Amino acid sequence: MIPFLILLLAAGPAAPPAADTTAPPVQLVAAPAGVRAFDTPNDQGKSITIQWTAGKGGKAEAWLVERTGPDGPKVISTNAAGDIGYLDEGVKDRVRYTYRIAAVAGTDTAWSEPTPPVASSPQLFNTARMNVLISMLVFFVLVVYYIETAKRGKNLFVRRIAGLDAVEEAVGRATEMGKPIIYVPGLGSVADIATIASLNILGEVAKKVAQYDSALLVPNRDPIVYTVAREMVKESYAKAGRPDAFKQDSVFFVTDQQFAYAAAVDGLMVREKPATNFFLGMFWAESLILAETGAQTGAIQIAGTDQVFQLPFFITACDYTLIGEELYAASAYLSREPLLLGSLKAQDYGKLLILVVVVVGSVLLLLSKTPAFSVFRNIAGFFNIN
Amino acid sequence: MKRNIPLAICLGMGILMMVQFFVPHPISVGFYDLTTKWVRIVAAFALVLGVGSFVMYHSEKLRRRRPGWFYSVVALVAAAVSTVVGLAWGVKQTSPLQNYIFTPLLVPLNASMFAILAFYMASAAYRAFRARTKESALLLIAAFIVMLGMVPIGAAIWHKLPDLAEWILSVPNMAAKRAITFGVALGGIATALKVILGIERGWLGGGKQ
Repeated sequence: MIPFLILLLAAGPAAPPAADTTAPPVQLVAAPAGVRAFDTPNDQGKSITIQWTAGKGGKAEAWLVERTGPDGPKVISTNAAGDIGYLDEGVKDRVRYTYRIAAVAGTDTAWSEPTPPVASSPQLFNTARMNVLISMLVFFVLVVYYIETAKRGKNLFVRRIAGLDAVEEAVGRATEMGKPIIYVPGLGSVADIATIASLNILGEVAKKVAQYDSALLVPNRDPIVYTVAREMVKESYAKAGRPDAFKQDSVFFVTDQQFAYAAAVDGLMVREKPATNFFLGMFWAESLILAETGAQTGAIQIAGTDQVFQLPFFITACDYTLIGEELYAASAYLSREPLLLGSLKAQDYGKLLILVVVVVGSVLLLLSKTPAFSVFRNIAGFFNIN
Repeated sequence: MKRNIPLAICLGMGILMMVQFFVPHPISVGFYDLTTKWVRIVAAFALVLGVGSFVMYHSEKLRRRRPGWFYSVVALVAAAVSTVVGLAWGVKQTSPLQNYIFTPLLVPLNASMFAILAFYMASAAYRAFRARTKESALLLIAAFIVMLGMVPIGAAIWHKLPDLAEWILSVPNMAAKRAITFGVALGGIATALKVILGIERGWLGGGKQ
């Protein structure tokens, strides 16, 4: 045994095996897999979308996107390691291109196979907006149905809106006190629905003001709104049978600067001490500056806006506030015009429909967690608007 | 005729713009860009009317020595000086209009008006939080929790207070906001439809005929 050990120690450590020079070189990075290029959907053309996934093997540090078109191959983009797609917006419509993607790691580059040729073209219909179209059509049908119902003379019930019931009282108060009414049609442009709604209410208010022989002041921030407001007030005075009572300078343009406008209207309120203030339309940060000054002058204040963030300020500082859609309902409510009331009913049923969709959708989403109802797991995606 | 032409234009343009929303084709996008330019051109013409109204209103006030006529002098002089300086030296960043009127005068004045909001908020909050009714008491409690939950002392008083504040904001508050948003969206569509179909004609200058 001892001679055997001596022999083993004398032999020393085992020699390393000789290097295998016939083995293939180690691939550091894998070429991307599943590369596909397609015409970007729902766009105005001149755009191709390229998508890929990382290949199995070494991780890429960056991706190169190569486009081959009539001008030959050209690397058009270097993308970060986390990217899995690229939007090529430098293409011409109806010209065929192929794409290759390279995974880059250090000095190593691995190219994918080229994609089949693809050409971009503009689309005629945005399929991602199909949900909007369906909802719009349903709502249009409701509106038309209830307008037709109203035309047939059916009495449509509309819930009481305290802020609008107070309009008559507010105008009457101004007459009794011999003080003017200030009507602020908001700071929005005539393209805003809230401004249009406000101008419709202005027409009704101006008619009552003309009947009661009160004074009306309408300061404006937008020149187009000013032009429309002046015509509306003038027309309302004419309709009330008092065209001579209309004063040209009762509707006037102040400035298009937000806070300069607020300062001017504040000054007007402090000097004129109006009996009633109307703040109806679009408002931003100046809402509380206006409403609080008006409250301090002791005026009855009726406000209304569809700007959710300004509503708390108006509710706090004004006597009556039209919340959101109540502003839109005002012209129908005040005029009691059957056609306008019909559309108001359609709005109510539209909301009911949304409520049903929300409840049913929520239940289905909850149920989709179970295998039997897993088909509904993407139901929320239908309501996305792109 | 005076009403029918605007109504026909409104109907035609309304339908075209609705269709435009669903068509991504370059012709449709080009049409949208074109109409946006038209709006700007119309606004430019309307601005002339606006300036006319501004001058007339303040001149009349000045002539009749109505209360606050002195402010009309300031407004007219400011408008005249700005116009002359703007026309003479332009409106670029380095122009006198920017250096002597806009930056040192208009910007601080705007900022001052905005700053006043803080005081108005305090007085409005005082009025709202007097807890005279059940609703205002509820508002007071909710606001108190939210305000405390947003500052470090809230967590020091009770570690769950920030969570409670967050819950108030993201559940009952968000539910109310969304309900209003739904109503606003539907109301907006209905109003637009009424205008396009000519049911709502108030914008033509009061009522239907």
